[in-house]
Amino acid sequence: MAAPHGQHDRAVITVVNDAAAIERAEDRVVEALARFNYPRASVFAVRLSLHEAMSNGFRHGHRSLPEDTPISVKFDASDEHIEIVVEDQGPGFDPSAIPDPTLEENLERGSGRGLLLIRAYMTSAEYNQKGNVLRMTYRRPAGT
Amino acid sequence: MPASESRIRVKRTDGHIQIEFVDRNILDEGNIRSISDEIAAIIEAEPKPRMVISFANVEHLSSAALGALITLNNRIRARSGQLRLSNINPQIYEVFAITRLNTILQIHPTNEDAAKSFV
Repeated sequence: MAAPHGQHDRAVITVVNDAAAIERAEDRVVEALARFNYPRASVFAVRLSLHEAMSNGFRHGHRSLPEDTPISVKFDASDEHIEIVVEDQGPGFDPSAIPDPTLEENLERGSGRGLLLIRAYMTSAEYNQKGNVLRMTYRRPAGT
Repeated sequence: MPASESRIRVKRTDGHIQIEFVDRNILDEGNIRSISDEIAAIIEAEPKPRMVISFANVEHLSSAALGALITLNNRIRARSGQLRLSNINPQIYEVFAITRLNTILQIHPTNEDAAKSFV
Protein backbone atom coordinates (compact mmCIF):
# COMPACT_ATOMS: atom_id res chain seq x y z
CA MET A 1 0.00 0.00 0.00
CA ALA A 2 1.26 3.49 -0.83
CA ALA A 3 2.43 5.74 2.02
CA PRO A 4 -0.03 8.58 2.77
CA HIS A 5 0.56 12.09 1.44
CA GLY A 6 2.91 14.10 3.64
CA GLN A 7 4.87 11.12 4.93
CA HIS A 8 8.61 10.78 4.44
CA ASP A 9 10.99 7.86 4.28
CA ARG A 10 14.47 8.97 5.33
CA ALA A 11 17.70 7.11 6.00
CA VAL A 12 21.45 7.51 6.12
CA ILE A 13 23.36 4.53 4.76
CA THR A 14 27.10 3.91 5.05
CA VAL A 15 28.31 2.07 1.97
CA VAL A 16 31.64 0.30 1.45
CA ASN A 17 33.06 -0.47 -1.98
CA ASP A 18 31.54 -3.90 -2.32
CA ALA A 19 28.96 -5.04 -4.89
CA ALA A 20 26.57 -6.42 -2.25
CA ALA A 21 26.74 -3.27 -0.08
CA ILE A 22 26.17 -1.04 -3.12
CA GLU A 23 23.20 -3.16 -4.18
CA ARG A 24 21.73 -3.03 -0.66
CA ALA A 25 21.85 0.77 -0.71
CA GLU A 26 20.18 0.82 -4.14
CA ASP A 27 17.53 -1.64 -2.96
CA ARG A 28 16.80 0.53 0.10
CA VAL A 29 16.20 3.58 -2.10
CA VAL A 30 14.10 1.54 -4.55
CA GLU A 31 12.06 0.30 -1.58
CA ALA A 32 11.40 3.92 -0.53
CA LEU A 33 10.24 4.78 -4.07
CA ALA A 34 7.98 1.71 -4.05
CA ARG A 35 6.36 2.91 -0.79
CA PHE A 36 5.27 6.02 -2.63
CA ASN A 37 4.28 4.14 -5.80
CA TYR A 38 6.74 5.85 -8.12
CA PRO A 39 6.45 4.54 -11.68
CA ARG A 40 8.95 2.10 -13.14
CA ALA A 41 10.66 4.77 -15.23
CA SER A 42 11.33 6.81 -12.06
CA VAL A 43 12.81 3.80 -10.29
CA PHE A 44 15.07 3.19 -13.31
CA ALA A 45 16.19 6.83 -13.35
CA VAL A 46 16.89 7.10 -9.63
CA ARG A 47 18.58 3.72 -9.31
CA LEU A 48 20.90 4.39 -12.23
CA SER A 49 21.77 7.87 -10.91
CA LEU A 50 22.48 6.56 -7.41
CA HIS A 51 24.65 3.79 -8.84
CA GLU A 52 26.65 6.25 -10.94
CA ALA A 53 27.03 8.65 -8.00
CA MET A 54 28.36 5.93 -5.67
CA SER A 55 30.56 4.58 -8.42
CA ASN A 56 32.09 8.05 -9.02
CA GLY A 57 32.66 8.42 -5.28
CA PHE A 58 34.57 5.16 -5.02
CA ARG A 59 36.36 5.27 -8.37
CA HIS A 60 37.38 8.93 -8.44
CA GLY A 61 36.76 10.43 -4.98
CA HIS A 62 38.43 7.58 -3.10
CA ARG A 63 41.18 6.92 -5.66
CA SER A 64 43.95 7.66 -3.14
CA LEU A 65 42.16 6.41 -0.03
CA PRO A 66 42.16 2.95 1.57
CA GLU A 67 39.89 0.46 -0.24
CA ASP A 68 37.57 0.12 2.76
CA THR A 69 36.82 3.88 3.08
CA PRO A 70 33.01 4.17 3.10
CA ILE A 71 30.81 6.75 1.40
CA SER A 72 27.58 8.05 2.89
CA VAL A 73 24.19 7.99 1.15
CA LYS A 74 21.46 10.08 2.72
CA PHE A 75 17.97 10.17 1.25
CA ASP A 76 14.63 11.77 1.95
CA ALA A 77 11.71 10.39 -0.06
CA SER A 78 8.13 11.58 -0.17
CA ASP A 79 5.33 11.19 -2.66
CA GLU A 80 6.48 14.37 -4.42
CA HIS A 81 10.23 13.94 -4.69
CA ILE A 82 13.31 12.15 -3.49
CA GLU A 83 16.49 13.94 -2.49
CA ILE A 84 19.69 11.93 -2.32
CA VAL A 85 23.02 13.18 -1.00
CA VAL A 86 26.09 11.09 -1.76
CA GLU A 87 29.21 12.11 0.14
CA ASP A 88 32.67 10.67 -0.32
CA GLN A 89 35.71 11.31 1.84
CA GLY A 90 38.02 12.25 -1.00
CA PRO A 91 39.62 15.61 -1.77
CA GLY A 92 36.83 16.54 -4.19
CA PHE A 93 36.93 17.28 -7.90
CA ASP A 94 35.87 19.90 -10.41
CA PRO A 95 32.89 18.53 -12.37
CA SER A 96 33.40 21.17 -15.07
CA ALA A 97 36.78 19.56 -15.88
CA ILE A 98 35.08 16.40 -17.18
CA PRO A 99 35.09 16.43 -20.99
CA ASP A 100 31.66 16.28 -22.64
CA PRO A 101 31.32 12.56 -23.49
CA THR A 102 28.75 13.28 -26.22
CA LEU A 103 31.20 15.26 -28.37
CA GLU A 104 32.28 13.38 -31.48
CA GLU A 105 35.93 13.24 -30.34
CA ASN A 106 34.97 11.76 -26.94
CA LEU A 107 32.37 9.21 -28.04
CA GLU A 108 34.81 6.28 -27.90
CA ARG A 109 36.20 7.12 -24.47
CA GLY A 110 35.81 4.26 -22.02
CA SER A 111 34.56 6.38 -19.11
CA GLY A 112 33.20 9.79 -18.10
CA ARG A 113 29.48 9.19 -18.72
CA GLY A 114 28.24 8.82 -15.12
CA LEU A 115 27.58 12.49 -14.44
CA LEU A 116 25.98 12.94 -17.87
CA LEU A 117 23.48 10.18 -17.02
CA ILE A 118 22.83 11.60 -13.55
CA ARG A 119 22.10 15.04 -15.01
CA ALA A 120 19.89 13.55 -17.72
CA TYR A 121 17.78 11.46 -15.35
CA MET A 122 17.57 13.57 -12.18
CA THR A 123 15.63 16.83 -11.89
CA SER A 124 18.72 18.49 -10.39
CA ALA A 125 22.24 17.38 -9.47
CA GLU A 126 24.85 19.69 -7.94
CA TYR A 127 28.23 19.13 -6.33
CA ASN A 128 29.31 21.21 -3.35
CA GLN A 129 32.21 23.60 -3.84
CA LYS A 130 34.80 21.07 -2.67
CA GLY A 131 33.39 18.51 -5.11
CA ASN A 132 32.93 15.56 -2.75
CA VAL A 133 29.20 15.88 -2.02
CA LEU A 134 26.60 15.36 -4.75
CA ARG A 135 23.06 16.49 -3.96
CA MET A 136 20.50 15.08 -6.39
CA THR A 137 16.75 15.57 -6.54
CA TYR A 138 14.18 13.67 -8.53
CA ARG A 139 10.70 15.16 -8.74
CA ARG A 140 7.77 12.82 -9.45
CA PRO A 141 6.62 13.38 -13.05
CA ALA A 142 3.23 15.10 -13.36
CA GLY A 143 0.30 12.73 -13.58
CA THR A 144 2.09 9.67 -12.19
CA MET B 1 35.39 -22.27 -3.67
CA PRO B 2 34.20 -23.19 -7.19
CA ALA B 3 35.47 -21.20 -10.18
CA SER B 4 33.24 -18.19 -10.80
CA GLU B 5 30.19 -19.06 -12.85
CA SER B 6 29.82 -17.54 -16.31
CA ARG B 7 27.47 -14.55 -16.39
CA ILE B 8 26.79 -14.97 -20.12
CA ARG B 9 25.21 -17.55 -22.42
CA VAL B 10 27.01 -18.15 -25.70
CA LYS B 11 25.35 -19.61 -28.79
CA ARG B 12 27.05 -20.16 -32.14
CA THR B 13 24.60 -20.01 -35.01
CA ASP B 14 24.53 -19.24 -38.76
CA GLY B 15 28.09 -17.97 -38.84
CA HIS B 16 27.84 -15.67 -35.88
CA ILE B 17 28.17 -15.73 -32.12
CA GLN B 18 25.22 -14.74 -29.99
CA ILE B 19 25.79 -13.57 -26.42
CA GLU B 20 23.07 -13.20 -23.80
CA PHE B 21 23.44 -11.94 -20.24
CA VAL B 22 22.39 -14.13 -17.34
CA ASP B 23 21.84 -11.13 -15.03
CA ARG B 24 19.12 -8.51 -15.22
CA ASN B 25 21.39 -5.86 -13.78
CA ILE B 26 24.68 -5.09 -15.52
CA LEU B 27 25.87 -2.57 -12.95
CA ASP B 28 28.68 -3.91 -10.79
CA GLU B 29 32.15 -3.07 -12.10
CA GLY B 30 33.72 -6.38 -11.03
CA ASN B 31 30.95 -8.30 -12.75
CA ILE B 32 31.27 -6.16 -15.88
CA ARG B 33 35.04 -6.76 -15.94
CA SER B 34 34.62 -10.53 -15.78
CA ILE B 35 31.87 -10.51 -18.45
CA SER B 36 33.99 -8.40 -20.80
CA ASP B 37 37.06 -10.59 -20.20
CA GLU B 38 34.98 -13.61 -21.12
CA ILE B 39 33.62 -11.97 -24.29
CA ALA B 40 37.10 -10.66 -25.18
CA ALA B 41 38.46 -14.22 -25.02
CA ILE B 42 35.75 -15.35 -27.46
CA ILE B 43 36.59 -12.44 -29.80
CA GLU B 44 40.33 -13.21 -29.72
CA ALA B 45 39.63 -16.85 -30.65
CA GLU B 46 37.82 -15.88 -33.89
CA PRO B 47 39.52 -14.66 -37.08
CA LYS B 48 36.70 -12.24 -38.07
CA PRO B 49 34.22 -12.32 -35.22
CA ARG B 50 30.59 -11.57 -36.07
CA MET B 51 28.84 -11.09 -32.75
CA VAL B 52 25.33 -10.24 -31.58
CA ILE B 53 25.01 -9.17 -27.94
CA SER B 54 21.40 -9.48 -26.85
CA PHE B 55 20.04 -7.38 -23.99
CA ALA B 56 16.81 -9.39 -23.80
CA ASN B 57 17.08 -10.00 -20.04
CA VAL B 58 18.69 -6.70 -19.07
CA GLU B 59 16.78 -4.18 -16.94
CA HIS B 60 19.59 -1.97 -15.62
CA LEU B 61 22.88 -0.96 -17.23
CA SER B 62 25.62 1.32 -15.85
CA SER B 63 28.07 3.63 -17.57
CA ALA B 64 30.82 1.08 -16.78
CA ALA B 65 28.95 -1.40 -19.00
CA LEU B 66 28.82 1.18 -21.79
CA GLY B 67 32.59 1.64 -21.52
CA ALA B 68 33.06 -2.12 -21.75
CA LEU B 69 30.90 -2.29 -24.89
CA ILE B 70 33.04 0.38 -26.57
CA THR B 71 36.19 -1.60 -25.77
CA LEU B 72 34.64 -4.82 -27.11
CA ASN B 73 33.49 -3.02 -30.28
CA ASN B 74 37.04 -1.78 -30.83
CA ARG B 75 38.50 -5.25 -30.27
CA ILE B 76 36.07 -6.73 -32.80
CA ARG B 77 36.86 -4.02 -35.36
CA ALA B 78 40.59 -4.61 -34.82
CA ARG B 79 39.97 -8.21 -35.96
CA SER B 80 37.91 -7.04 -38.96
CA GLY B 81 34.77 -8.32 -37.26
CA GLN B 82 31.34 -6.81 -36.66
CA LEU B 83 29.37 -6.21 -33.47
CA ARG B 84 25.61 -5.83 -33.28
CA LEU B 85 23.42 -5.17 -30.24
CA SER B 86 19.83 -6.39 -30.06
CA ASN B 87 16.68 -6.68 -27.93
CA ILE B 88 17.31 -3.44 -26.05
CA ASN B 89 14.23 -2.30 -24.14
CA PRO B 90 13.18 1.36 -24.51
CA GLN B 91 14.51 2.36 -21.08
CA ILE B 92 17.96 0.92 -21.79
CA TYR B 93 17.90 2.34 -25.31
CA GLU B 94 17.46 5.78 -23.79
CA VAL B 95 20.81 5.33 -22.00
CA PHE B 96 22.45 4.69 -25.39
CA ALA B 97 20.67 7.71 -26.85
CA ILE B 98 21.62 10.10 -24.00
CA THR B 99 25.27 9.09 -24.31
CA ARG B 100 25.01 9.12 -28.15
CA LEU B 101 26.47 5.62 -28.25
CA ASN B 102 23.58 4.67 -30.53
CA THR B 103 25.55 6.58 -33.19
CA ILE B 104 28.65 4.37 -32.96
CA LEU B 105 27.15 1.00 -31.96
CA GLN B 106 24.79 -0.82 -34.33
CA ILE B 107 21.53 -1.57 -32.53
CA HIS B 108 18.76 -3.79 -33.94
CA PRO B 109 15.31 -4.66 -32.59
CA THR B 110 15.77 -8.46 -32.67
CA ASN B 111 18.54 -11.06 -32.92
CA GLU B 112 17.24 -11.96 -36.39
CA ASP B 113 17.47 -8.36 -37.61
CA ALA B 114 20.95 -8.12 -36.14
CA ALA B 115 22.05 -11.35 -37.84
CA LYS B 116 20.69 -10.18 -41.21
CA SER B 117 22.68 -6.96 -40.96
CA PHE B 118 26.11 -8.60 -41.14
CA VAL B 119 27.94 -7.73 -44.35
